[in-house]
Amino acid sequence: MPEAMSCGKRTPGVGVIAPAARAPETEQIAERRSDVTLARVGHEAPDFRAEGYFQGEFKAYQLSDFRGQWVVLCFYPGDFTFV
Amino acid sequence: MRELGVQVFAVSTDSHFVHKIWHEDELSHMVEGGIPYPMLSDPGGEIGRVYGVYDEAGGVHIRGRFIIDPDGVIQAAEILTPTVGRNVEELLRQVKAFQHVRASNGAEVCPAGWRPGGKTLRPSPELVGKVWREWSPKADLVLR
Repeated sequence: MPEAMSCGKRTPGVGVIAPAARAPETEQIAERRSDVTLARVGHEAPDFRAEGYFQGEFKAYQLSDFRGQWVVLCFYPGDFTFV
Repeated sequence: MRELGVQVFAVSTDSHFVHKIWHEDELSHMVEGGIPYPMLSDPGGEIGRVYGVYDEAGGVHIRGRFIIDPDGVIQAAEILTPTVGRNVEELLRQVKAFQHVRASNGAEVCPAGWRPGGKTLRPSPELVGKVWREWSPKADLVLR
């Protein structure tokens, strides 16, 4: 069964992708990185990989694959809501 | 947005299975041809957390929208609590403005209230103290 179809299992490799280079003294901060807001206007957008649905298909998308294009990320509370 | 060459992603904490069914049962009836961009799944809100939009109490994302340029730099962010929806016209205006600035290599900037075709400013030492001659707050007013 393809990974994207497995029940209750996180698709491997999805989530926030840590920046490649990290100085040793920031390791402590790195462990808590998902508790820290890293996104800042005027700075590089935090990279991530996420499972997605598009036109009948499931596919994983990684933000950094879209360098060279303008990207708009729209976060929203949830499907089947009203606004 | 496709005409502007923009790749859009919608992100919620719903699974990709829920996105599929919501799209099939509801969205595809609201939007002709279906939603033209991927709907991403962020279970647990990890991605939303680093973007500063995850609401711990509700376990969902609030309405954060980020414009990211071709170099991967966030140029704009707008974050609203869930009860008020976004304004697509403002998003389009901002995307066009940032694209305009980028196309001019930063030589032109878009003043407050700018709309496509509106007057831009060319920052230079000569312009210091003389902006009032080029642009007025009454010009290109977006809010009425």
